[in-house]
Amino acid sequence: MSTALIFYLFAGLTVASGAMVVSARNPVHSVLWLILCFFNTAGLFLLLGAEFLAMVLVIVYVGAVAVLFLFVVMMLDVNRAELRAGFLHYLPLGGLVGAVLLGELVAVAFAWRPSESAEGLTRAPQPDPMQVTNTQALGHLLYTDYIFLFQTAGLILLVAMIGAILLTHRRRGGVRRQVIADQIARSPRSVELRKVQSGRGI
Amino acid sequence: MLDLVAAQFPPVLWTLIVIVAKIVVIILPLLVVMAYLVYAERKVIGSMHLRKGPNVVGPLGLLQPFADGVKLFFKETVLPTSANRGIYLFAPMITFIVALVVWAVIPFGDGLVLADINVGILYVFAVSSLGVYGVVMAGWASNSRYAFLGALRSAAQMVSYEVSIGLILVSVLVTAGSLNLSAIVRAQEEMWFVLPHLPLFVLFIASGLAETNRSPFDLPECESELVAGYNVEYSAMPFALFYLGEYINMLVVGAMTSVLFLGGWLAPFGWTFLPGPVWFFAKVCLVMFIFIWVRATFPRYRYDQLMRLGWKVFLPFSLIWVVLTAGTLTALGRLPGQG
Repeated sequence: MSTALIFYLFAGLTVASGAMVVSARNPVHSVLWLILCFFNTAGLFLLLGAEFLAMVLVIVYVGAVAVLFLFVVMMLDVNRAELRAGFLHYLPLGGLVGAVLLGELVAVAFAWRPSESAEGLTRAPQPDPMQVTNTQALGHLLYTDYIFLFQTAGLILLVAMIGAILLTHRRRGGVRRQVIADQIARSPRSVELRKVQSGRGI
Repeated sequence: MLDLVAAQFPPVLWTLIVIVAKIVVIILPLLVVMAYLVYAERKVIGSMHLRKGPNVVGPLGLLQPFADGVKLFFKETVLPTSANRGIYLFAPMITFIVALVVWAVIPFGDGLVLADINVGILYVFAVSSLGVYGVVMAGWASNSRYAFLGALRSAAQMVSYEVSIGLILVSVLVTAGSLNLSAIVRAQEEMWFVLPHLPLFVLFIASGLAETNRSPFDLPECESELVAGYNVEYSAMPFALFYLGEYINMLVVGAMTSVLFLGGWLAPFGWTFLPGPVWFFAKVCLVMFIFIWVRATFPRYRYDQLMRLGWKVFLPFSLIWVVLTAGTLTALGRLPGQG
């Protein structure tokens, strides 16, 4: 009874804050609503007993991704009047795209059936959640059963990261940079060290 | 006696009453400790500067924190006209609430914990990563350049140092073999983790200083360039909430250091004549003294040096340490789940 109530609270808040994300006028408010949405999703995960996923959702999405969003959006100087201009002009095309997307989603929602084996798995999950915590179960799955796929995914992300840095990084001339190694390697005679007695001063 | 009282209420309500009572029992001493942390900071820094520190209000100045509190409480709350009102008032609440919520999973003694959850360490990490929102929202909503610059700096700093804190936590929990904070403390019965993980201990304290925006990493509130950083526009109680949140966050770092590295409630050298919570408190006090000592000793870091330290020194080192820890544990056959 109380679980159902809490579920509807979280689910309702998730949907409501999701709606606020797209309808809020101020982009910073949108990001803040998005954060609330993430929180309620984490709450839903907790109700399912997936505590690891709930915590990771908060750490990764709220603690890192949304901070970067907020960072970028805060610094944008959004001119709202300019954004509104041409709304009617773009309405037919935008409406058409939206309608096609909605139609596809509805078609998928009505045609979708879970496979036979999946139903069996939900009734008797492997490994038994009574025996192992879900952190252990996930770890075993990722790092033991599917280690090569997992490592490949990691490698692809690493390559993407290095590529992105390489593409955007440029060295400009005429910038004075601090080289810590040079400073540490400086001859000790250039600095005079004095032992100061407590209460005396130099 | 308690059973008789319990019988008067429906069971759901009684559980709720018990939980609220536990929360009050945690929070009230916490606020008192926090007030005296401010006093201790002023006294310790005073003696390091060869000054006297607060000594006028009450004997030895012991009532000073309450005088300060009352003063802040009775001042006028000023709302800047161009501020984004809702977010402006919401930001200090977030800072304060987030700082308090962490204490739900901190074990004060054997079994003395409000919520003994399986993913305790992840919970602490998740909640402490929310602290940045209070600062960023305050900086943005004040609609002032100084506050905004302070908030930007702080956001970058807190996100950077969280990464290395995360990797430090990984090393510790691989050694302990659990994400539960009580289990991590119990894993240190043979040896406190400060001995095998001494470099990590130093790194954790330094990252903790950066995470709580303490000196020498107190760039967000650098009074010489940003007047006071993200909280310039705040006065009276909203300001007090930031202040409280900041000091409670220091205590959180102290508590986490003692749980992860100093054996939590375990007594050193088998000195079990004092109960566990007392030892826990003593260890938190030790870490707090280090924090204050650092503030009185080191000059402030420059912003680019701070970023360099986080990303180019702390992060690679803690990453290498994770590999070393895992390798050593595998070689010794002491990896959790192996033996």
